[in-house]
Amino acid sequence: MDYMTILQILDSTVRLAVPLLLACLAGLYSERAGIFDIGLEGKMLAAAFFSGAVAAVSGSAWLGLLAGMGASLVLSALHGLASITFRGNQLISGVAVNFLAAGMTVVVAQDWFKQGGRTPSLSGAARFEPITLPGAEALRDVPILGPLYAELISGHTSLVYIAFACVPLTWWALYRTRFGLRLRAVGENPAAVDTAGVSVVGLRYAAVAICGVLCGIAGAYLATALQAGFVKDMTAGRGYIALAALIFAKWRPWYALLATLLFGLLQAIALRYQNIDLGAITIPVQVMDALPYILTVVILAGFVGKAIPPRAGGEPYVKER
Amino acid sequence: MTLMTKFLGAAAAVALSAGAALAEPALIFDLGGKFDKSFNEAAFNGASRWADETGGTFREIELQSEAQREQALRRFAEAGANPIITMGFAMADPLSAVAPDYPNTKFVVVDVTWISGDNIRQIGFAEHEGSYLVGMLAAMASKSGTVGFVGGMDVPLIRHFGCGYAQGAMAVNPDVKVVANMTGTTPSAWNDPVKGSELAKAQISQGADVIYAAAGGTGVGVLQTAADEGILSIGVDSNQNHLHPGKVLTSMLKRVDVAVYEAMKAGDAVETGVVNMGLAEDGVGYALDDNNAALISDEMKAKVDAARQDIIDGKLKVASYYENDSCPVLKF
Repeated sequence: MDYMTILQILDSTVRLAVPLLLACLAGLYSERAGIFDIGLEGKMLAAAFFSGAVAAVSGSAWLGLLAGMGASLVLSALHGLASITFRGNQLISGVAVNFLAAGMTVVVAQDWFKQGGRTPSLSGAARFEPITLPGAEALRDVPILGPLYAELISGHTSLVYIAFACVPLTWWALYRTRFGLRLRAVGENPAAVDTAGVSVVGLRYAAVAICGVLCGIAGAYLATALQAGFVKDMTAGRGYIALAALIFAKWRPWYALLATLLFGLLQAIALRYQNIDLGAITIPVQVMDALPYILTVVILAGFVGKAIPPRAGGEPYVKER
Repeated sequence: MTLMTKFLGAAAAVALSAGAALAEPALIFDLGGKFDKSFNEAAFNGASRWADETGGTFREIELQSEAQREQALRRFAEAGANPIITMGFAMADPLSAVAPDYPNTKFVVVDVTWISGDNIRQIGFAEHEGSYLVGMLAAMASKSGTVGFVGGMDVPLIRHFGCGYAQGAMAVNPDVKVVANMTGTTPSAWNDPVKGSELAKAQISQGADVIYAAAGGTGVGVLQTAADEGILSIGVDSNQNHLHPGKVLTSMLKRVDVAVYEAMKAGDAVETGVVNMGLAEDGVGYALDDNNAALISDEMKAKVDAARQDIIDGKLKVASYYENDSCPVLKF
């Protein structure tokens, strides 16, 4: 395996990890505020469809991104309404969001575009094009670092850089701002936050809204940057892998980055080498596909540190009866 | 009470005979969905052609999960649909279970040739022969000497495609390198264009400059990436040349539409048994139209047509993956 191959695998890792990272951070905000969200998959899917559809009609990827965020926000609001205002079961509401998105996207797509539940193929400005960072071509010939910069760091779409910028931003917002302190508190002990005179409902809605925006970017990335249009069920379980990554990362932003990069790397290796031949034994590709889930189970079982979810997660806050 | 029973029985008999007279064909699509631009869409096109020509109507259902297969079959059989046309190898087991219960209903299954039943028409396509031809074209169009194959779900049928393709490529250029990948092992592998794109990119970085996608909806991503990266791709089942004009080298045609059209035209008198559709029956082939005319030179066409004739005449034998569940030239 030479240096270029490693770079190509890492490049592929970045592309595969970005939707996971965005969805994982989205879940992090929501769950840190005490709202479990298994509807990440559905929100991404809805965002993928609406970003693809609006980009196809308007010819602008950025308008598509806005539409994707909007669609994802609507589903977030629905989840919030059910689980915060009406104190419903958060898991059931999340499942409902997933089903709603899976069915609705195909039906609406068929009605609008008559292409069998797809959006038309996007081209030109309707897609996010890769950005070549300054000096990438000039520095390509520098040994080791040149190709690293040109292949791995440069040449991604703007959404990739936004996603990576979200990690330190999330860390700063959660651990260095008043809002972040309250958000974490509301996931641990909402009664204490309420006693301090801060609105539990308001904070939780804010968290769910941030979750919607991030899922929107993830969906738009799938449909308008990685692909050229929406195809039914195109998220293909990425929302669930993001949830696994969230547990793996123990609900922390920097760990989330590492977890999603690890899961992306596993996928990239599985795509590049179908069966890994280690001389004596051959690792089949299925093992690589299953590893994210196996690792998550190992973490949950407490073999490697402990994954403790926010204490008030999953419970609606009842102020008085 | 007995009188009542007789009345009800008579009414039921009348209803049944009325149903039989108006028997509509039914079409059950596989998990890829009706508009996969590929296998199922070909079936839909065949059925639509029949409906347009005869003014008839047909019932249809798109399966959403494995559990629905047997349910859908029984539902249509109970409703008196005849013949019931089903798509895909995964219908083999449900069909063997359901067909004996409805001896008066004719069933048609595409891509299955190994089950028993007097009322089943089983249609098998010689995908390896069609894939052999596009494999030849791929090797002739390739400048790097490396060609790629992206399969959908890892099942014998898709390996069958890949095996024929590799043999064709090697017939033209014995030193050709064939990079073969499968998308996954679950039905979601038919609908994951993002993964298809990544696979295509991985193959391009390994030198592939022509990639054959036999992967349903996942293939859309493969063709897209190939067009974006400026290499050639090969479509499958339906003619996919129009998806990226000038960037799709050709498509391996599998005339599922013809098979479905003929079954519907024959109606409930459709012949049962195993039907093989190969090159000789025009069941498989490669697509040539305005979109790819510039990509296929006369020399390439002459070579492929000669091979096609040799296969039909029996002078050239393309090894089938099914014969001993392995491919002589490609390891998966």
